[in-house]
Amino acid sequence: MGKMHIKLTVNGEAKEVLAEPRELLIHTLREQLEITGPHIGCETSHCGACTVEMNGKSVKACTMFAAQANGAEITTIEGLGYPDNLHVLQQTFREHHGLQCGYCTPGMITRAHRLLQENPNPTEEEVRFGMAGNLCRCTGYQNIVKAIMAAATEMNAAKEAAE
Amino acid sequence: MIPAAFEYHRPGDVDAAIALLQTHGDEARVLAGGHSLIPMMKLRMAAVEHLIDLQDVTALQGIQIASDTVTIGAMTTQHDLIADDGLAKVAPIIREAALQIADPQVRYMGTIGGNVANGDPGNDMPGLMQCVDAVFTLVGPDGTREVKAREFFEAAYMTARDDEEILTQIRFPTHAGGYAYEKQKRKIGDYATAAAAVLLTRDGGMCNAASVAMTNLSDVPVFSENASAALVGSACDAGAVKAAVDAMLEDIDPSEDNRGPVEFKRHVAGVILGHAIARAWSRA
Repeated sequence: MGKMHIKLTVNGEAKEVLAEPRELLIHTLREQLEITGPHIGCETSHCGACTVEMNGKSVKACTMFAAQANGAEITTIEGLGYPDNLHVLQQTFREHHGLQCGYCTPGMITRAHRLLQENPNPTEEEVRFGMAGNLCRCTGYQNIVKAIMAAATEMNAAKEAAE
Repeated sequence: MIPAAFEYHRPGDVDAAIALLQTHGDEARVLAGGHSLIPMMKLRMAAVEHLIDLQDVTALQGIQIASDTVTIGAMTTQHDLIADDGLAKVAPIIREAALQIADPQVRYMGTIGGNVANGDPGNDMPGLMQCVDAVFTLVGPDGTREVKAREFFEAAYMTARDDEEILTQIRFPTHAGGYAYEKQKRKIGDYATAAAAVLLTRDGGMCNAASVAMTNLSDVPVFSENASAALVGSACDAGAVKAAVDAMLEDIDPSEDNRGPVEFKRHVAGVILGHAIARAWSRA
């Protein structure tokens, strides 16, 4: 079974890889492109640690073949912020103790980012419902919800200030 | 968790997809959102040598609303169903049910066509489609045919679709009146322990039409004609609900699994149907 030539735009950069059709997107990202923010948690599409954004959708990269993503635009946690320039969500997760071990955090923040794009003023209930595809075994979720609500407030204030 | 090797195809239209199915026979499967098939391939419980990805067949996407009919392309995602305000006006039970399927990430990928064509008794759309009396369009080498949702499901993972056919669209009448999709599940992302879809209309204090279907309580979805009939002519009071639940319990055939023993599932089925009827009646 031959390898396929796959083109992706990852965090704004054009990438090309050779991959067998059966290669999962999460493996292409982590092992071929060395983008290790998206994690492999359950590998059965339950936990959401592998969440990335693809063409404006939050997807679980463990339940998708790289071949399906051929031609797609992908954003991972690396595309949102970096240590010297944290994304608002990364800042609020830190301020509100939205993480302990940190394993679920890249998936949490990538998913929260898309949620706030679609619903910039969510209620607490909407945040919980919108984050239901991401599991955290440390925090009990309370501080994750607080962090996302705080990020929404900050992002909206920044948007208003810019207008 | 890496599937066995396969050949990947991405046809641009239905004819090309059917030609691939004809060439490769039972070694081929079509891929919609992949959130049922890919996990099965990773577990190596599904062996697929030729995977035919339908994502570029744009004719299979979208929702059309005519005066009294809704037509939905098979590749329309659960997310698209939820987001469509027009659909929520003429068939609100669809959004209510789709919001109870899996989780946000899965709903961006999972499609209505995949959900019904897979024939998994745990999926929510098969029972829902029986409740709304949907018709499925199947396209194959010999042309197009239509099969009613109430006649489509034969056994677990077995449907009226032939190997060389593709389920392309789903059509059902718009509904007025009361509706409810009620689902008991252990956690987000789980299949139903029991779920009930109810549509009904009322004339004054009386129910004059009803449709009841149940999910994951048999190896196929269960449209219960007798439960539906038990509501008609009643005021959906306690006696009528009991009659409908008793009739439904005659039609289901749950089996014991990690969601509980048979008696528990029968108990939950009754509770869930009671809730669904009450909510639908309150909206009628």
